Amino acid sequence: MSVEEKISKIIIDQLGVSAEEVKPEASFVEDLGADSLDLTELIMAMEEEFGIEIDDDDAQKILKVQDAIAYIKNKQ
Amino acid sequence: MTGKRVVVTGLAAITPLGNDLATSWENLVAGKSGIGPITHFDASEYTSRIAGEVKGFDPEKYMPAKQAKRMDRFVQFAVATGKMLVEHSGLVIDDANAHRVGVLLGVGLGGLETIEVFHTKLVESGPNRVSPFMIPMLISNMAPGQVSIFTGAKGPNLVTTSACASGQHAIGYAYTDIFMGRCDAVITGGVEATITPMGVSGFTALKALSTANNDAPTKASRPFDNDRDGFVIGEGSGFLMLESLESAQARGATIYAEVVGYGASGDAYHMTAPHEDGLGMAQAMRAAIDEAGIRPEDVDHINAHATSTHLNDLCETKAIKKVFGDHAKNIRITANKSMTGHLLGAAGGMEGVFSVMALHTGIIPGTINRETPDPECDLNYMAGGSEKYQPEYVLCNSFGFGGTNCCMLYKRWKG
Repeated sequence: MSVEEKISKIIIDQLGVSAEEVKPEASFVEDLGADSLDLTELIMAMEEEFGIEIDDDDAQKILKVQDAIAYIKNKQ
Repeated sequence: MTGKRVVVTGLAAITPLGNDLATSWENLVAGKSGIGPITHFDASEYTSRIAGEVKGFDPEKYMPAKQAKRMDRFVQFAVATGKMLVEHSGLVIDDANAHRVGVLLGVGLGGLETIEVFHTKLVESGPNRVSPFMIPMLISNMAPGQVSIFTGAKGPNLVTTSACASGQHAIGYAYTDIFMGRCDAVITGGVEATITPMGVSGFTALKALSTANNDAPTKASRPFDNDRDGFVIGEGSGFLMLESLESAQARGATIYAEVVGYGASGDAYHMTAPHEDGLGMAQAMRAAIDEAGIRPEDVDHINAHATSTHLNDLCETKAIKKVFGDHAKNIRITANKSMTGHLLGAAGGMEGVFSVMALHTGIIPGTINRETPDPECDLNYMAGGSEKYQPEYVLCNSFGFGGTNCCMLYKRWKG
């Protein structure tokens, strides 16, 4: 699975949204209905999936699906 | 002291006998057992491998998948039951009355499954891998919390925790809140879902669970029978809409029964064993009868706690004889747990629902598996099956670890 596919799967699982909703420009809070607890868990799920640590400052900048993809790709 | 009259205007349940009240009641009256092999986890290493599981429950029938995922099973049951209850009661909760509608539920243990899952995660992956949802999923008061979110009820919102009497105490305090004029209606009852490795192993260690009938699960729960050897763990819920009589009448609600007495006591005796003479149990039953201002002879049906443990059934029988004297043998006593197993914190809720159904329908459900009478348990336990009989007053008993005792008294509503 590509990074995009893995991230998409995590978002679908965690936020209970459909695959069509997970567009690169979609905002986690505004478009995908995430609250602060959801965001924390989303970050944790990505850390686990990709075996990385995402510090809090970085995590706060991950607002859209494309932010997450770019961040993970950059880390790898 | 006089206060508001309190009536029951709605009922709902999810039990091992069915995922709604109508199915559960039908199966109870038919004498069917809801007990079978444990399927929630691999119980092959356990000495008790049977349970009264709720079967085929689909939370997404009642809530979006995302919300369901953020809830322990007991909270999912609570939301589903709460929604069914509000619908059944016909109560419209809106801006005008929301602050007068409370949610007061009994939960014995709370999110045991959540604790198990995240403790494993903590041990295997470290402290930074525990979900932010762990605490909000496991705390027992998330049951009324989520029910309020899904129904809009904004009155008092809390749980009572008193082991196997949790649901019964919740009803008692809901009744009191309405009696005192604090609320016009309260969503109340009990809910529990602890058929988990820790739940089953913990009760097994206490020697509380039946182990003799793993191969014949429907025979395992046998209250008042001479061969009883412990309770069968169950799960589910039973909710009642309690409402002030004036509120119920003003909106033309169907009234299923009146709540006329609440009695509670503590044994001051032992951590897990009831007082050997049933003194605390008797005190609680008497208190409920006194509060109602009736005579013991007026009670014609008891929905017994009747767990199928040696001590409970013996002590409860002694307590009933102590309170009712010669009248004890006239009372139709039923043991719902013979078919559902023991719903723990939800027991008083489910049995309260069935008590009210007996008053409303004029049918007293039987007790199954009482095949060889215990000579010391010699009252009328409805071993012959359900009976058409219209009771006037039903006493519903719950007793729990810690020596806690709680009884509610319901009266037939004649309209």
